[in-house]
Amino acid sequence: MKGALIADELRVSIDSDSDIVSARQKGRELAAQCGFPSTELAVVATAISELARNIVRYAVRGEIVLRLIDNHGGKRGVEVIAADDGPGIPDLTLAMQDGYSTSGSLGLGLPGVRRLMDEFDIVSEFGKGTTVTVRKWKR
Amino acid sequence: MQVPILKQGPYLIATVQSALTDDDLKQLRDTLVDQISQVRARGVIVDVTALDVIDSFATRTLRDVAHMIRLRGAETVIVGIQPEVAFSMVKLGLTLEGVATTLDLEEGLRYLQRSGKRKVQEHEGRPHR
Ligand SMILES: Nc1ncnc2c1ncn2[C@@H]1O[C@H](COP(=O)(O)OP(=O)(O)OP(=O)(O)O)[C@@H](O)[C@H]1O
Ligand SMILES: [Mg+2]
Repeated sequence: MKGALIADELRVSIDSDSDIVSARQKGRELAAQCGFPSTELAVVATAISELARNIVRYAVRGEIVLRLIDNHGGKRGVEVIAADDGPGIPDLTLAMQDGYSTSGSLGLGLPGVRRLMDEFDIVSEFGKGTTVTVRKWKR
Repeated sequence: MQVPILKQGPYLIATVQSALTDDDLKQLRDTLVDQISQVRARGVIVDVTALDVIDSFATRTLRDVAHMIRLRGAETVIVGIQPEVAFSMVKLGLTLEGVATTLDLEEGLRYLQRSGKRKVQEHEGRPHR
């Protein structure tokens, strides 16, 4: 088990297949603590799975940070930050298109995660790494 | 996490018990394709009731299983996809096109029995080997 709970923040280091599973399970637990209904738990877990797999496949290693967040208006949610120091993505517009894949896969991970979550932000610098931040708010 | 595979009549039934890593999924695929010919099974059921996530990799692997099994002359049914899992798959853009799915194991068995009969009818009138 990798990852320590610091207040409401959980860090999971990602460098193998099994880390993908543990990251999504921890994300699901956190979202359950927040009171998300089961449909949304699956949504959050699936998004984490895609982001973690991208880390393993394209950057070899990285980290997923899971946080319970608050919008200062009493609304609660979960934030997932998937960060790596890998090769980065040269063309983000292309990477966000359905079906675009450099590994012969389905090319649905990134655009799919954007559809699954409420907020999506991606920063990537070629040669330096990629950080994807997503949020899901409790309705 | 190994997936137990049981033989029931002419069918193989793989029951996923808990979350699977990518390696587990690949192993399941290879074992099923291997066993189908060894035991001369006519159909495969993969019960995914226990899966709380079916992401792009799992979908691709399940699709591959069904297509490989078909090339080996048998049928595959994926059974028990949970409603919230189905919801996430659709949002992500994942489809199991060309792969038979049923609500549960019982329906899956019924599906295979029916498709077995169809095959026999198609072959009626032709000399048997
Ligand atoms: N963390 C990352 N570091 C470097 N490149 C990445 C990273 N994440 C995604 N990419 C690039 O963006 C492309 C699109 O990613 P996306 O997850 O949408 O599709 P995929 O991983 O190719 O296929 P799928 O996720 O459907 O299996 C990838 O093929 C890869 O080139
Ligand atoms: Mg991907």
